[in-house]
Amino acid sequence: MTTFLDIIIIISIIILAFAMLGMIYRMVKGPSLHDKVVALDALGILLMAMIALMAMTLRTTYLLVVILLIGILAYIATIAFAKYLEKGVIFENDRHDND
Amino acid sequence: MKQTLKKTGHDKADRQMNDVFLQFTAKLVFLIVIMFSFNLFFAGHYTPGGGFVGGLLAAAALILLLIAYDKKTLQRMVPIDFRLIITSGLTFAVGLPTLSFLFGTPFFTHQHTHIEIPVFGDVALHSAVLFDLGVFLTVAATALLIIVLVGEAEN
Repeated sequence: MTTFLDIIIIISIIILAFAMLGMIYRMVKGPSLHDKVVALDALGILLMAMIALMAMTLRTTYLLVVILLIGILAYIATIAFAKYLEKGVIFENDRHDND
Repeated sequence: MKQTLKKTGHDKADRQMNDVFLQFTAKLVFLIVIMFSFNLFFAGHYTPGGGFVGGLLAAAALILLLIAYDKKTLQRMVPIDFRLIITSGLTFAVGLPTLSFLFGTPFFTHQHTHIEIPVFGDVALHSAVLFDLGVFLTVAATALLIIVLVGEAEN
């Protein structure tokens, strides 16, 4: 049975897919590394939104764990990229040694 | 920001740069992530989760600490050699299925039972948890070692 909500969800998923295409274009083409990193982070958030809509369509709660997982991984990836862009190194041996 | 400041000629700003926000947040978020990792580990077998995802997430939590602090601090926070963790995890993952030979059952036959605990009531015990614990430890330590090896500073 198709309700009004189902139609809205499908339209939203299509819109999110086009937004993801734009993000992928920016990730490949982006003039600087910073643009690519921001696009990657936004792609993760769009992916989370898409999975949430999918969970609503399938009427299941099992996918909510996946959303939280992607959120945590995107957070850690963003921090790692930010540190790499600023410092040029991700894991330091001793923080108080080299500066 | 340190490099940005250096480019504009503020060499003196070096000493004042620190990562208060990142270091404080990392300590809080580490607890949340490690708790979610154990939640995923125990949620396996019937719902999404299990040893593999839980181990990957535990490694991610330790990597967050490693990014916010450094290797020396992490070694002081978690004074464990991660190669020993791999070994003990493999021992669990290999030894538990082998134990089923002693009882005359086929390889990987698991045993389960129910016991009564005063506060929690009826609790199901399953020997697959021990196998999953081995997978958890192995995956966590291996992922951590690989990522540290790939991303460490060359000096």
